[in-house]
Amino acid sequence: MIAFLVKRLFHALLVMFVISIIAFAIQDNLGDPIQQMVGQSVPESERAELREELGLNDPFLVQYARFAINAAQFDFGYSYVFNQPTTEVIARHLPATLELVAAATFLIITLSVPIGVYSAIKPRAWLSRFFMGISIVGISIPVFLTAIMLIQLFAIGVSWTPFPVDTAWGSWLNDLISTEGGMPAYGRGNPVPVFGTWETNFASLEGLTYLVLPAVSLASIMLPLFIRLIRAEMLEVMQSDYVKFARAKGISMRRIYFLHALKNTMLPVITVGGVQIGTLVAYTILTETVFQWPGMGLMFLDAIERSDIPLIVTYLMIVGLIFVITNTIVDLIYGLVNPTVKLTGKPA
Amino acid sequence: MALLEVNHLDVRFALRLGEVHALRDVNFTLERGERLGIVGESGAGKSVAAFSLLNLIAKPGFIAGGEVRFDGKQLNSMSERALRKVRGNRISMIFQDPMMTLNPVLSIGEQMLECLKAHRRISSKEARAIALDKLRQVQIPSPETRLDQYPHELSGGMRQRIIIAIALLLDPDIIIADEPTTALDVTIQAEIMALLLELCEKYNVGLILITHDLGVVSQVTQRMLVMYAGRVIEQGPTREIINDPQHPYTQGLINALPQMATPGEKLNQIRGSMPSLSNLPSGCAFHPRCDFIKRADGTQRPACTQQVPEFVTSGNCKVACHMVAELLDKEANDEARLKETNP
Amino acid sequence: MNAPSSALPSRWERFRDSYLLYSFKRDIVAQISLMVFIALVAVAVLAPWLSPMNPYDLAQIDILSSELPPFWVDGSDAEYLLGTDAQGRDMLSTILYGARVSLMIGFGAVALQALIGVCFGLLAGYLGGRIDAFLMRLADIQLSFSTLMVAIIVGALVKAIFGGETFSAYAVPLLILIIGLAEWPQYARTVRASVLAEKNKEYVDAARVMGLRSKRIMFRHILPNTLSPIFVISTVQIANAIISEAALSFLGLGMPETHPSLGSLIKAGFDYIQSGSWWITLIPGAVLIVLVLSINLLGDWLRDVMNPRLYKG
Repeated sequence: MIAFLVKRLFHALLVMFVISIIAFAIQDNLGDPIQQMVGQSVPESERAELREELGLNDPFLVQYARFAINAAQFDFGYSYVFNQPTTEVIARHLPATLELVAAATFLIITLSVPIGVYSAIKPRAWLSRFFMGISIVGISIPVFLTAIMLIQLFAIGVSWTPFPVDTAWGSWLNDLISTEGGMPAYGRGNPVPVFGTWETNFASLEGLTYLVLPAVSLASIMLPLFIRLIRAEMLEVMQSDYVKFARAKGISMRRIYFLHALKNTMLPVITVGGVQIGTLVAYTILTETVFQWPGMGLMFLDAIERSDIPLIVTYLMIVGLIFVITNTIVDLIYGLVNPTVKLTGKPA
Repeated sequence: MALLEVNHLDVRFALRLGEVHALRDVNFTLERGERLGIVGESGAGKSVAAFSLLNLIAKPGFIAGGEVRFDGKQLNSMSERALRKVRGNRISMIFQDPMMTLNPVLSIGEQMLECLKAHRRISSKEARAIALDKLRQVQIPSPETRLDQYPHELSGGMRQRIIIAIALLLDPDIIIADEPTTALDVTIQAEIMALLLELCEKYNVGLILITHDLGVVSQVTQRMLVMYAGRVIEQGPTREIINDPQHPYTQGLINALPQMATPGEKLNQIRGSMPSLSNLPSGCAFHPRCDFIKRADGTQRPACTQQVPEFVTSGNCKVACHMVAELLDKEANDEARLKETNP
Repeated sequence: MNAPSSALPSRWERFRDSYLLYSFKRDIVAQISLMVFIALVAVAVLAPWLSPMNPYDLAQIDILSSELPPFWVDGSDAEYLLGTDAQGRDMLSTILYGARVSLMIGFGAVALQALIGVCFGLLAGYLGGRIDAFLMRLADIQLSFSTLMVAIIVGALVKAIFGGETFSAYAVPLLILIIGLAEWPQYARTVRASVLAEKNKEYVDAARVMGLRSKRIMFRHILPNTLSPIFVISTVQIANAIISEAALSFLGLGMPETHPSLGSLIKAGFDYIQSGSWWITLIPGAVLIVLVLSINLLGDWLRDVMNPRLYKG
């Protein structure tokens, strides 16, 4: 266990090192703190002085070391735009993104496992075919389009009138296929403060309604992917000798499906899940843009728009850290589920 | 009435490219405590036969006809629920590859206890005691620690012993062993086989041994079936078939054994290879590889290529071969003529 | 299955008798997908000849006829079949041109990914050792960051370096470069996995014993045997690249509105969805979905038929 953690920690540090080099290279080449600090009017001689004072003429390695030491203490400098430490800006936006990701992850896990397992157990049932059809359509719709369609359907509303409005059945059918709209689709509403910069949407019904459309959009791209993955893996596992042997032992199908097969199915699903967390964070940028959800993704795009280099660099470092942490946790969970990993290294 | 009776068993696979007949008209019986061998090349339908006994054929395979009768009850028409009470309880199975047969993510104990609990209402403590007892019988060292171990921590031979222990857990009437030693190291093959034989004799358990190894069959079983391309082509007492094989294919198999060859000479082999089940030759499926489709005098025997051979009885054996049928006819005629001339 | 009795079958004969064609003839979904895909590619390629007006030509734009709805909605103009956008551009024309740009970037990016990925995958798989460890660790890190994230970051940086104007002017090659660089690991891992499977087979040993050079063994002997997984993931990758391009454009890191792809059309229209002009964003969106869906359905069919060993995870 300890050897495993040490190894993972080393790997995590390596990844963070690579990310920090990239981040520093960006800051070094793109960010000109002098320009931001003093503006255009200051003469060149004064600028050079400032440059020397700030250590900007030091060798690359010295500057990187300074950057890395500060980064290790979560000091990434000041945001040009907000004129605040970048970490404070991030801390203000982080909860919104984490809540969105949490809600989407909840949807993905609670829906993908039962649907995936069902369509593997009964591959020929019409419901399975329906789910598989929906899934392939689902992965073909970019997440921002799902978001836009959800806004059209449930925030703006659609009134279809393909049936005659002047008849009772016609207007009933029209009502049936039309949607009313009215769901909130802009920002977070009034989240309830918890402590510090953390405000939550989970604490009130109003907060939850604000969360619905963004979370469904964010889940929409990953959900079909996981349904397909779980189904494919489960189908493969059901063909295995150990499942046949379990059947030959006279074990009930329920136990075979949900213990023997599902536990083996989850191994590759956990691995892929770890990779997909990164993708989920990437998609928050899109989802937050469509819904103006005040999270880190929206903040990041804003920072790009305004060339707020310190904030961009901090975002990269924080997102890198989140990836590294989640990947380590996923590896740990994998090790706990899979007995062939002794949490000392690679699978036997 | 025999303990297990298989009558006209017919198994097919509904594949995308059409239906494939994997098993045709298989008949045999097994008495209590009897040991039966099923022999053939890979693809002959041995494993399909084994799995179809307990109606465990995976889709798209299905039993298209015939019946499997166990203890007077027809297994193949039983509900899944009733069948489950037979599987692992009264008839258990041993698979070919011990590395794949145990579930990698469940401990040995879990996999043994669940089997006991599926068939008996007993406490975990009692189940554990039974499991330990069976592990001792298959000569597993320190069985208590094994129960908490996972399959990957054990060697192949050890795993196969555990699988034998699982097969014996509920004191079954019959064990179906599908090539139980093929995937093991040669050095431990004999050990495992001897163990299986010893335990079957000790507890009077019937054994259906599926193998391509004629040596093992001749040492272990009392009766045997030889299968070719989904059909039984010869069946009877093991000793008689081994000593005096009638069917040209069985003869070929026995001649191909290394101990039948003269040292320094090439091993005998049957030319050609088994046809694909989806594309069987006409008549006797073996005829393209058979040296006896012409009679001794050089004339053709048209039946070989045109007609599927029926079983004929020769001694205590049944053989499906036109040549053998012709010989037997001739003998019978000769005998009859002899009787006519010398009353 | 594909070996007729007569001497050596020609390529056409082999194709005609192959399982691939057989299963295609029986799969109605695959047939429709292929037809839709070919039709979309055809109209996109022929956009300059098919579309009623040139959306890049400012002289043809009439700002007075902006935000006109498509023909089946009241208030439409027969001249503009699918309506007009906020600048008065004919939707049908912008969509045809937009699909052209999207497809161009999609195919270009996949060609680049395949080039990088196949070379790295072959190197890693065939040479092994440190090169393998380095390349695969790089691929792992990049994948754990997710390809879209990498594309967004690289896109943002490139835009910051070159400035918005220059970026817009060279958007097509830059996007091909960005998406190509972001997604190579998929190819590299797939190719590496099948190289590892092929490497230990006898024919590779034989080639080595015959004294062939590594490069020749890799490209002439191993590569052909890894083609079917490459083929299968290529379909998925084209769909992914088109989606990535659309996502980048939607975020303002891709094609400018003056030279729009489907993604930038959706972005441009999104601002007007609240005012009821849904068609500006949803019609190009529908085209994008149909395009990606047809590719994904073809990919699914191919995967079923070819059933290659794909790298999992």
